[in-house]
Amino acid sequence: MAAVDYQQQPGVKLSELWVDKRSRGVIIQIIALILLLLFIGFIVNNTINNLKLLGVETGYGFLNEPSNYDINQRPIEYSSRSSHGRAALVGILNTAIVAGAGIVLATILGFVAGVLRLSGNWLISRLVYVWVELTRNVPLLLQILLWHGIIVHSLPRPQEALSPADGFFLSNRGFSVPSPQFEPGFWAVVIALGVAVAGAIWFAGYAKRVQEQTGKHYPVFTINLALVVGLPLIVFMAMGVPLTLDWPELRGFNFRGGVTVRPEFMALWLALSFYTAAFISENVRAGIQAVSHGQTEASYALGLRPNWTMRLVILPQALRVIIPPLISQYLNLTKNSSLAIAVGYMDIVATIGGISLNQTGRALECMSIVLGLYLAFSLFISTVMNWYNKRVALVER
Amino acid sequence: MKVSRLFLGVAAASLVASAAYADTLSDVQAKGFLQCGVSTGVAGFAFTDDAGNWQGFDPAVCQAVAAAIFGDASKTKYTPTTGKTRFEALKSGEIDMLARNTTWTYSRDVDLKLSFTGINYYDGQGFMVPKGLGVSSAKELDGASVCIQTGTTTELNLADFFRTNNMSYEPVPIETNAEARQNYQAGRCDVYTTDASGLAATRATFENPADHVILPEIISKEPLGPLVRHGDDNWADLVRWTLNVLIIAEELGVTQDNVMEMAKGTDNPEINRMLGAEGSYGDMLGLPADWAVHAIKAGGNYGEIFARFIGTETDIGLERGLNELWTKGGLIYAPPFR
Amino acid sequence: MSEQTVEQKYAPGTHPSLPPPVADRGAIKWVRENLFSSPTNIVLTLLSIYLLYAIIPPLVDWMLINSVFDAGSRNECWEKGSGACWAIVVVRFDQFVYGFYPEEERWRVILAFLLLIAALVPILYDKTPFRKLGLVFSGVYPIIAYFLLWGGLGLAHVESAKFGGFMLTLTIGVTGIVASLPLGILLALGRRSDLLILRVICVCFIEFIRGVPLITLLFVASTLLNYFLPPGTYFDLLLRVLIMVTLFSAAYIAEVVRGGLQAIPKGQTEAAQALGLSYWKNMGLIILPQALKISIPGIVNTFIGLYKDTTLVVIIGLLDPIGLSQAVLADSKWQGLSTEIYVFIALFFFVSCFAMSRYSIYLEKKLETGHKR
Repeated sequence: MAAVDYQQQPGVKLSELWVDKRSRGVIIQIIALILLLLFIGFIVNNTINNLKLLGVETGYGFLNEPSNYDINQRPIEYSSRSSHGRAALVGILNTAIVAGAGIVLATILGFVAGVLRLSGNWLISRLVYVWVELTRNVPLLLQILLWHGIIVHSLPRPQEALSPADGFFLSNRGFSVPSPQFEPGFWAVVIALGVAVAGAIWFAGYAKRVQEQTGKHYPVFTINLALVVGLPLIVFMAMGVPLTLDWPELRGFNFRGGVTVRPEFMALWLALSFYTAAFISENVRAGIQAVSHGQTEASYALGLRPNWTMRLVILPQALRVIIPPLISQYLNLTKNSSLAIAVGYMDIVATIGGISLNQTGRALECMSIVLGLYLAFSLFISTVMNWYNKRVALVER
Repeated sequence: MKVSRLFLGVAAASLVASAAYADTLSDVQAKGFLQCGVSTGVAGFAFTDDAGNWQGFDPAVCQAVAAAIFGDASKTKYTPTTGKTRFEALKSGEIDMLARNTTWTYSRDVDLKLSFTGINYYDGQGFMVPKGLGVSSAKELDGASVCIQTGTTTELNLADFFRTNNMSYEPVPIETNAEARQNYQAGRCDVYTTDASGLAATRATFENPADHVILPEIISKEPLGPLVRHGDDNWADLVRWTLNVLIIAEELGVTQDNVMEMAKGTDNPEINRMLGAEGSYGDMLGLPADWAVHAIKAGGNYGEIFARFIGTETDIGLERGLNELWTKGGLIYAPPFR
Repeated sequence: MSEQTVEQKYAPGTHPSLPPPVADRGAIKWVRENLFSSPTNIVLTLLSIYLLYAIIPPLVDWMLINSVFDAGSRNECWEKGSGACWAIVVVRFDQFVYGFYPEEERWRVILAFLLLIAALVPILYDKTPFRKLGLVFSGVYPIIAYFLLWGGLGLAHVESAKFGGFMLTLTIGVTGIVASLPLGILLALGRRSDLLILRVICVCFIEFIRGVPLITLLFVASTLLNYFLPPGTYFDLLLRVLIMVTLFSAAYIAEVVRGGLQAIPKGQTEAAQALGLSYWKNMGLIILPQALKISIPGIVNTFIGLYKDTTLVVIIGLLDPIGLSQAVLADSKWQGLSTEIYVFIALFFFVSCFAMSRYSIYLEKKLETGHKR
């Protein structure tokens, strides 16, 4: 209503509206909102018009129809008679597999490299430095192709496969290893593992309480390790080894049986891990360096042994600096796994965003699924990270 | 209220702009060139020569269409498309026509709303294996690793073939023909499968073509042809009849060399109708009377184009086979020009 | 014994310093302290030496000693030497640099590149003579480069489809860097703004872009963008890619700059407001200069990332060096030489990215004004 009043008496009052900071803010926001709505309306309207002009039907119904294509790496049952939706699921799982494996290897490599980079050993720290710079400054796509080229071109064909150990074969079709076949009795081992882990968690808590009250220190790690490994092992033996191995063997063109890690997976996995590890190692280095040296000296003065100093004093503080960038590296790795398409690893972008899109022509639908999945995952991770940041921020004084 | 009115305003504004697709011929004439989608490179069918110009069996159709419209075959621009991007490029209007070894199928025609304007090559999917493997039939391929180009019908045919024959295989999906060749040669896969013409073209570029055999089984029908969007019948007619004219020209013995001579008038009324000496057939398409003369002049008739790019005289060395004229026992057949 | 005799010659406290024992000085000391100080270190050192031995000689052998630079085909290469076949790079060098850019117009690319260096110098080094004039030139450079590369003003028109190779990489990289910085700063300011709607828009935009891989955005650019535009409009793929790359990198820049903005104490803003400075003057004169200085390492890292990401355009069919390598490898004369080509391209990227990161460190040191606590 107020705005109408101003408009009735133009001139000075209207310009006052612009000079006043608050009303100017409102005006700017309204203009921004109108522009945004216009823009969205423009795009939605264009899309509708275009689709109408092309006479293309839209909708996600095609997800239930048979996909008609095969996928080489199938974590779940899938054939060319399965639906597009299931193909998408296979793609999601394949993305998860390579991202998960990549995160594990990248973390290990990254931490090792970060610590070695700070080592007093001149030679090794230089070597790691050279490796980090080489890896960081070369495009990931190139590294994936390079690994793939090396694997496919330099490893022998399956007929002349290298066999580092009985039942293990390395060729340019991949790395074939025996796969475990679970027999009915195996559930007991799984239960034993669950019990052991629960026990270990309880024991860790108990040991902490005892230590806080009495100062008595248990070798928690050793006991828990024995528990988690030992109990399932005993049950496994007691149940009469309810596990057989499926050995790979060369039959016809390829190795049959066992599990084969394909060159596409290997190339993607190695390239992703090494590339991300280079970044992680820098984060680790920065994190450790961020903890002032006085902390080490103080803890020595208190009589803590070096490995205790690292574990109880340095690392907890360093981790607070390391973990946020570490998680965003994990996120980057997951997003970078979309480069799978360059070597034909069947991830989410290659299945639903690639073959399905192409065979059905549902570009809008397929891309929205892919974008939505990545977005959901990223937002989930950033929520977790914000939560973590808040939690450690409380500790800070 | 405000918002919905806003939308209405926007809708009204952009409806004005939306009639653009309706008349592709006017659009093409207005911009002065034909934008043609081709493949990223299949020896003989579409490739860049040393000067970077697109040549080949597929671009020849585009050149004929451009010649029919402008009287000048060079008024063609090319957009290399992959199996993945080709239909989007056509549907979105980025290209005016697609001439890229594309198989005519029901769902592409009906569901994707594309119009195939004829068939310029009758193909079928085949398999190529190194001779050293000692395979003589596709039925012996159980357990093999197969390189396929993703986003093509070959991917679907392959799945069906192995399924119906109760065999297993490892698909190795690959984006382009070039990558497929590299993987096949490195031994990443035992078998390379694509259209038989593509196999022949690929094999021709190998160092020792004789070391590789193309298996006798042809597991699919792959009628390849140029295509346009649904919704502009006049444009579809133009492309369809340009291709037909090339075929009729071969049938009637009109060649690149003698077309100018024949355009002055012959004893054969069909040639006269086609080349504009009789009647006003060009008008019906919205083109000058001598449009067909230019189309034929651009690259010759169907047989000449075939011989120049993929025939037995070339490295590709394909026989006419199914692609011989119907009068000589093949399937190439065009409706009468009347 | 002898020490005692020496001792006797000097009064207590006047003995000149003796050189340290041999084992405690010079190279030996350095080696002992830096390489063999503890059992772990000895193992690590030996391991590194073995690694160097295992990698360096064969690599030098492959890259230099046994490599072949002059050959007409792969087989000729393999006859001449067992190492790398660089001949493929030599023969196709022009293609790797210019793509399909018309041969008689290539001087324009070279000129644009030289002018790029001329435009960069005044920005990068503050001691350049006539810096003010130079900065004006840097400002108009993008316009000059546009006309040089694409044609116009009397120069023959060159289609984007002819762009390729390293020149395409540089075109995308430089355009993305130049355009994304201002956009990123605006987004960061928007995200920190008091205006709710503006802030929400910026947050949504930034989070969306950062949440999805670049490659999916490029797919959107290549397949979906035409749905979003009025029917019949069309602009070329390279332009679409440039827009997407710019938006992508702007979102990341925005987050880096936001980090810088957050690090500036609120007192600065309050002081500026007390002096009566407007929002833009406050930002432009007080806050941003400080915030950007802190953000430099992050910004340069984003630029390096963008530059490396230009390789992804190959997946939607643009012929960057990797895309060209596919075309080159399709030539039966050169098949199977992927390693050579990839190493060559990797070298190019390494040199440019490493230079950028070094420059960022230099700048960081230079701008260090001694406020460090």
